Amino acid sequence: MTPVIELDGLGVRFGKRDILNGLTCSLSAQTIGLLGPNGAGKSTLLNTLLGFYKPSRGTARVFGHDIRTATKHVRSLVGYMPENDALIANMSGVSFIRMMAELSGLPAEAALERAHEALFYVGLGEARYRKLGSYSLGMRQMAKLAQAIVHGPKLVILDEPTNGLDPAARQRMIRLVQEMKETRELRIVLCSHLLRDVEECCDEVLILKQGSIVHHSNLEEERSANRRFVELEALGDQNGLAEALQQLGCECAMAGGGRIKMVLSDGLEIRDIYRIAAEREVQLRRLNYRRDTLEDIFLKAMETTTNGRL
Amino acid sequence: MAVYKRTYRSYSGPATPAWSRFLILTRYASQGIFRSKFVTAMFALCFFYPLGCAIAIYLNHNSSVLSLVRVTAPKLFDIDGKFFLIYLGVQGTLSFFLTAFIGPGLVSPDMANGALPLYFYRPFSRTEYILGKLFVTARLLSFITWVPGLILFGIESSLSGTQWMSANLRLAAGVFFGAWIWILLISLIALALSAWVRWRIVAGALVLAVMFLGSGFGHALDVVLRGSKIGYFIDPGRLSTTVWEHMLGVETSATETLSATAAWIGLLAICGLCLLLLTRKVRPYEVVR
Repeated sequence: MTPVIELDGLGVRFGKRDILNGLTCSLSAQTIGLLGPNGAGKSTLLNTLLGFYKPSRGTARVFGHDIRTATKHVRSLVGYMPENDALIANMSGVSFIRMMAELSGLPAEAALERAHEALFYVGLGEARYRKLGSYSLGMRQMAKLAQAIVHGPKLVILDEPTNGLDPAARQRMIRLVQEMKETRELRIVLCSHLLRDVEECCDEVLILKQGSIVHHSNLEEERSANRRFVELEALGDQNGLAEALQQLGCECAMAGGGRIKMVLSDGLEIRDIYRIAAEREVQLRRLNYRRDTLEDIFLKAMETTTNGRL
Repeated sequence: MAVYKRTYRSYSGPATPAWSRFLILTRYASQGIFRSKFVTAMFALCFFYPLGCAIAIYLNHNSSVLSLVRVTAPKLFDIDGKFFLIYLGVQGTLSFFLTAFIGPGLVSPDMANGALPLYFYRPFSRTEYILGKLFVTARLLSFITWVPGLILFGIESSLSGTQWMSANLRLAAGVFFGAWIWILLISLIALALSAWVRWRIVAGALVLAVMFLGSGFGHALDVVLRGSKIGYFIDPGRLSTTVWEHMLGVETSATETLSATAAWIGLLAICGLCLLLLTRKVRPYEVVR
């Protein structure tokens, strides 16, 4: 896949504070998750990509276009859903979305047609003639999504799209993001501090901490890399079982309460564990593959020291 | 009604030229203006004086009417620089009140709603944004200042002949450029204040305050400092009048007056200050350093 975003030693400085410290990486998945605790620099990174902040050093490229020299072109390729409320309260949904489409360069007729389509797409078809000020929080989030996609961008940046949504509205938003992803007509950058949102939608994840990259990986690869991590609960001679498994090349750790955490060696199958346990008359009460969740990845990343590079 | 397949699809159709996109903002911003009956009534009121002037010019050339009112002179009044100076003064005042009402509603809603990032992440610059908003008042005020002014000039030219017209072309240029200077000045003041004060009513009151308090303080300063002309520089109205007088070739009645060059510099400084205030506020996000 062609890279969507390439960061090349990107640094952003406000006054004497370094907000982004020379970020370097290449992101190319269909849906990219941007994670990090509050103040990690997620929104600053997005705003820099959009040309709102000038990089103090390095640069970034969106679809190969430098954000320093081709800002206008980059902006013509992007749709952005900001985190904060950003809708003009006294305009109707359809006229606001239409105006935004026209400002992106669509002719008036095409803008009107696409404004209706976008509002129907996000589920605001029936409310499209109502004033934006009368929309509920969930509706306003959907309207923000509609303005981000109305002009048919190649990349949509969603900054905390599920902020303040109730579970049903959150589910609707996530479903929409997944649907957009499935069309394969656009790439998505999802910035969130909600790990579940990112886990449900994204293929690639970039984790920031204090303005530096602390983790960058393909989520699927990350998950499959942990397929051989097994947790079991045994009754009987657990130490003997662990020793026997270690002799077969497994890495084992006693977790207390009869639990053993282990990484299976190459060639060893689950049935081999059952066989060894039976030979030693140890009862296996529970056996789980333990895949790393995004939460594990995130927490591990948070323990990482920040040096700006992977 | 067509049943749309509700799925995302990209856009691959033609795009409008980038240079004309600021007019989109003007179009949308103008739509809301005449929703207010007060603005509509005020806008209509602004045409009364030019209409009266047109009638007066016509009657001025109508000998039968003049004889009816037993006027022996060939004309009731002269159409000269002073006539157009008064015209600019009246229309300028009316246009100022109109701007004080309309101007604050142009930028402050975008600021209050935090909508600026949605404009600026598109291929749409801050300059285009300011130009688009400026054009709303510029277009509206044109209809009540230089457009009727030039129509009056045309009426007088048609009644007095081409000789009068060629001899007084300076008046047409004075009305046109004088009105534009005023339009730019008051529009920029209104936009700058509405960018800094997010509450529309307060911004409107501030626009009025800048003009009236500026005038009051300016006069007071000149009186206190005896013969000083510093007061002119905080009084946009007096600065404009000085420039208009120079453009229309009218000799001023005031004893202590500023030179036209100094008045130009004063006006440019105010416009520059307003632009500076605008560019500092009209940003997608404020950076806290």
